[in-house]
Amino acid sequence: MRTDLAPARAGALAGERMPRRLAARAGALWRHPWARIALAGAIVVVLVGLYLFTDVPGSLDYALKIRGRTVLAMLVVAAAIGASTVVFQTITDNRILTPGIMGFDALYILIQTVVVFVFGSMALATADPATMWIVEMAVMTGFAMLLFRWLFGGRRRAGGAVRSIHLMLLVGIVFGVFFRSLSQWLQRMIDPAEFAVLQDAFFASFSRPDPQLLVFTLVIVALALAALVPLLHVLDVLALGEATAIGLGVRHRAVVTALFGLVAVMVAASTALVGPIMFFGLIVANLAYGLAGSFRHRHVLPLAILLGLVCLVGGQLVLEHLFALQTTLSVIIEFAGGILFLFLVLRKGAR
Amino acid sequence: MLDPVTPAPARARRRGAGVAAVLVVAALAALSVFVGVADVSPAALFAGGPDSDAALLLFASRIPRTLAVLLAGAAMAIAGLIMQMIVRNRFVEPGTAGTGESAALGILAVTLLAPGMPLVGKMAVAAVFALAGTALFLAILRRVPSRQIMLVPLVGIMLGGIIGAVTTFLAYRFDLLQTLGTWMTGDFSGVMRGRYEFLWIAAAMVVVAWIAADRFSVAGLGEEFTTNLGLNYGRVVATGLVIIAVITSAVIVTAGMIPFLGLVVPNIVSLVRGDNVRRSLPWVALLGAGFILVCDLIGRLVRFPYEIPLGVVVRTVGAALFLWLLLRRGSRAH
Repeated sequence: MRTDLAPARAGALAGERMPRRLAARAGALWRHPWARIALAGAIVVVLVGLYLFTDVPGSLDYALKIRGRTVLAMLVVAAAIGASTVVFQTITDNRILTPGIMGFDALYILIQTVVVFVFGSMALATADPATMWIVEMAVMTGFAMLLFRWLFGGRRRAGGAVRSIHLMLLVGIVFGVFFRSLSQWLQRMIDPAEFAVLQDAFFASFSRPDPQLLVFTLVIVALALAALVPLLHVLDVLALGEATAIGLGVRHRAVVTALFGLVAVMVAASTALVGPIMFFGLIVANLAYGLAGSFRHRHVLPLAILLGLVCLVGGQLVLEHLFALQTTLSVIIEFAGGILFLFLVLRKGAR
Repeated sequence: MLDPVTPAPARARRRGAGVAAVLVVAALAALSVFVGVADVSPAALFAGGPDSDAALLLFASRIPRTLAVLLAGAAMAIAGLIMQMIVRNRFVEPGTAGTGESAALGILAVTLLAPGMPLVGKMAVAAVFALAGTALFLAILRRVPSRQIMLVPLVGIMLGGIIGAVTTFLAYRFDLLQTLGTWMTGDFSGVMRGRYEFLWIAAAMVVVAWIAADRFSVAGLGEEFTTNLGLNYGRVVATGLVIIAVITSAVIVTAGMIPFLGLVVPNIVSLVRGDNVRRSLPWVALLGAGFILVCDLIGRLVRFPYEIPLGVVVRTVGAALFLWLLLRRGSRAH
């Protein structure tokens, strides 16, 4: 059948046998997930190189030290958020709900606010970051585990997966609202000077990660990822649905609980390091599903992490060179993520 | 209202319950007038006469504040009820549909662009923004399969989150975060004579809602059904949206957002009294007023002489009740 496009296409390809075969081979190669992951990795390397070595104002050593920390913080966040979101979405069998939407940011802010309220703003500046961080981790992980166990416990699972996901998301959000309102109340009792100190904790910031905290979270996230590696093929089975997975011999409850624990640890680590990022995971995970060309977690997970790095490093580059840091990266990510969320819901409705 | 269907004893019983409820709310209101740091006890009023400090305080601050709480509670509960009828979902209210966030964005826009504008203008702009935000929510819902009960409030909350993110970012840039906090958290401690009169507009909207109650009931049955009965569906929905937007912005301009009230109160009334809107509407208004009065008293007494903002108390209690409704509903319905 001849369309308007056909003559143009024929003209473009007339007598070009060799390139076409090459193109076909390249296409076949591009269809392979690992090729795509390698390409994403190459882009990350280029972007990191650009970020580290361009526009150095003073001494290279100093700039590298500061920027290296930022890149490491981005690595921690991309790895933790990317991996935890994909795992979470596999377990809950959906592509819209993420751990970041479930009140973690609110809990983080509440903890920070309580500290300032009880000890004054000096406490945030002088507290041993490791101690602070362990407390934050414990509280956040505990909350997440309780929520997951409570809602995904055997008694409530009978109603079918879809309903309990929406229910769980709503419950998570209402918890978040509850924490936020408590924080607001405490904030209104804090005088404006102290409030200003607290503001820094409200917006995710990659520019000044605490070095000690950075090492800590790097180790924790690395351990969590290492624990995920032997579970990758189990995740592939879980993606087939609960009944199928149980039929294929997966100890569903135990595995899902363990995975939820890992998700909670990773999200808590990332939030403790750079503050609340609600929609980042949603963006990265959905990009990875679209670009991986594979449903297997061994492909999707690394790609999600690399795409997260592309977003963060690339975004920071654009911000510094185009907007001269007029705004924070996280706000832009949040906004884009919120739009993406609505788009996903709309598209689901249209189908 | 006479209705020939209900037998006389049941009618009498219902009237008795209604009278009792009104009396309870009136007693709470009287209590609210006499709670506070300054001495405004009946004894002090009687001793001081009409020109005393106590009387001045009573008429300038205490009575306006109590009235404001009553009106705001009743109006927000009604706004929630109407929204639930229009959207045909039990779990929506102005606080979970982008309405409140849109109104706050409107106030922020006025504060940045025309700081000198009188409060009436601010409220009008907030109402327009609230209307636009809620209409956007409905437009999005048209594309969502409304069968999924829990998805509807989720979409509303997310939309509110996006609008809220924009507002928060602007407030952060222009150093208005704390001001924004006062709009998003209801607080009646600053309400005095001359600052609460907007709420009479909200009260007028409640009356309009009562008059149009049956239309909202019909609209709740869907567009085709409404049209078949010879009603203009679009006009009914538009009326409802205007009522919701005006009530929400009046409350926010006066005291700040009062979340979950419009969600929890109609649900409780419907559990007890069923779903006849015309009959349950006065109950929703009354329970909304009573609920918020109790929360206000808790906030004023729990750390006396300091106050916890009303919005925080309502939000905490409301969130707990919301969770209960969700999980209760979640264990049965599909």
